[in-house]
Amino acid sequence: MRITIDEDRCCAAGQCVLAAPDVFDQRDDDGIVILLDADPGPDQHAAVRDAAAACPAAAIMVEE
Amino acid sequence: MVVVGASAAGVAVVETLRREGFDGPISLIGAELELPYDRPPLSKRMLSGQWTAERTVLRPRATVEGWNTDLRLATRAVRVDAAARRVILDDGDELAYGDLVIATGVRPRLLPGLPQVPGVHVLRTLADAVALRDALTDGPRLVVVGAGFLGAEAAAVACELGADVTLVSDLEAPLADVLGPELAGMLLDEHGRRGVRVETGVRADEVLVADGRASGVRLVDGRILPADEILVAIGAVPETGWLDGSGVPVGNGVFCDATCSAAPGVWAAGDVASWEHPGLGERIRLEHRTNAGEQGMAVARNLLAARAGRPATPFAPVPYVWSDQYDLTIQIYGRPRPGDALRIVEGSTAERSLVALHGRDGRVRAATGINRPRQTRAARALVARAAPWETGSAPEHGEREGVPA
Ligand SMILES: Cc1cc2nc3c(=O)[nH]c(=O)nc-3n(C[C@H](O)[C@H](O)[C@H](O)COP(=O)(O)OP(=O)(O)OC[C@H]3O[C@@H](n4cnc5c(N)ncnc54)[C@H](O)[C@@H]3O)c2cc1C
Ligand code: SF4
Repeated sequence: MRITIDEDRCCAAGQCVLAAPDVFDQRDDDGIVILLDADPGPDQHAAVRDAAAACPAAAIMVEE
Repeated sequence: MVVVGASAAGVAVVETLRREGFDGPISLIGAELELPYDRPPLSKRMLSGQWTAERTVLRPRATVEGWNTDLRLATRAVRVDAAARRVILDDGDELAYGDLVIATGVRPRLLPGLPQVPGVHVLRTLADAVALRDALTDGPRLVVVGAGFLGAEAAAVACELGADVTLVSDLEAPLADVLGPELAGMLLDEHGRRGVRVETGVRADEVLVADGRASGVRLVDGRILPADEILVAIGAVPETGWLDGSGVPVGNGVFCDATCSAAPGVWAAGDVASWEHPGLGERIRLEHRTNAGEQGMAVARNLLAARAGRPATPFAPVPYVWSDQYDLTIQIYGRPRPGDALRIVEGSTAERSLVALHGRDGRVRAATGINRPRQTRAARALVARAAPWETGSAPEHGEREGVPA
């Protein structure tokens, strides 16, 4: 799995952190997404796909 | 399987169905011409011109094609026969369904007798946004009727683009019904400071026309606000007309049970869906972008569960909405109501950065953050478990976000 994020789209909703807290975090000042792990293990895959689907800004792209 | 409405909710349904391994046929019916696109940018970076239309697509074309659906754009569902399980389209085609997902969203509410003349705008679609953006290029006088999220955001962008903006609010301040007087007052000051005139506590009565185009707005108190362009942003109504006589229950939206099912094999998601929220113990309908995605996912999973003979799961999200105005990002978890108690727990209005809790019946019912996204998300947990109002002002030690109450 390969995750990319588009910071410019991110609207700091934090839905990704709620869905996959081991993979995503938010910057302190403006809440923009931080990718903690661009290639997480299989145990995280379902959570990451949930995060990508839940992101209200379509800012998270996932490739297998 | 037929999904009607190809926007945030419909896309979430299809994407989740495929992700959960459903490989049967899906028809995705959308009235608009464009590939599914996102609406929040339409009153923000798309309206300001920072983004082009292409930037608003929800998913790249290749991803949409990868779902392998019978995608029919520029096509409207005009009728449903729930007994016979058929959807009738405006091109005459009829589609049989095992499950039907209704994701037709809402359309702008109009002022009664609103003239359809140049200079009158609503803001719901990409075409609306392009028309309004083009109308704002040479500093016109803009009157925005309605100071909810949409009106307030559009007023902010228009003002930054150099328009001479008047915002008409029927409340004492923009969003006062949601934010409460203190935070709405801060917003009112901000609009004023930036040069937007805000007419508060008054409604628009009529749009005036001269020489075939909009010339102003008459308020109910008789005053006239001259205008070159007028944006009507007084809320929205669910797109349910095509369901009349279908047997699918509709009122203020499609009436669903707690699992988002409206009738056997009929489901609804997104702005159009009204459902019994199990945690809140009341029927609600949300016009929030995150809800469209979450409810779309929930419907897809419940629909597959029902097909497999497994029980469906009640849909009990913590509502979330955000709004960008000038350099303020406002984020709200839960459902604040007029008359709620308010307590600012971090920051202040003077700092233009804060986290506030809304309390009702002795419990934390909602949290609002302004320019403090991370800390606001931490307060979500208090909303999720309806923490006691008196003691629950800070997340408990070690509390993990996102754990439902
Ligand atoms: C300008 C703007 C700014 C916004 N900003 C924010 C924001 O900052 N934060 C936030 O949380 N939310 C925001 N929202 C709300 C958010 O965009 C909506 O909650 C979301 O779009 C709902 O998605 P949906 O799929 O349920 O409905 P919609 O997006 O309304 O999509 C419904 C689709 O169904 C189609 N349709 C309707 N009837 C038929 C039919 N009979 N047959 C076929 N197709 C049909 C429509 O053409 C439309 O494409 C904003 C909305 C607007 C308009
Ligand atoms: S969910 Fe999307 S918009 Fe929200 S913080 Fe994560 S990446 Fe950004």
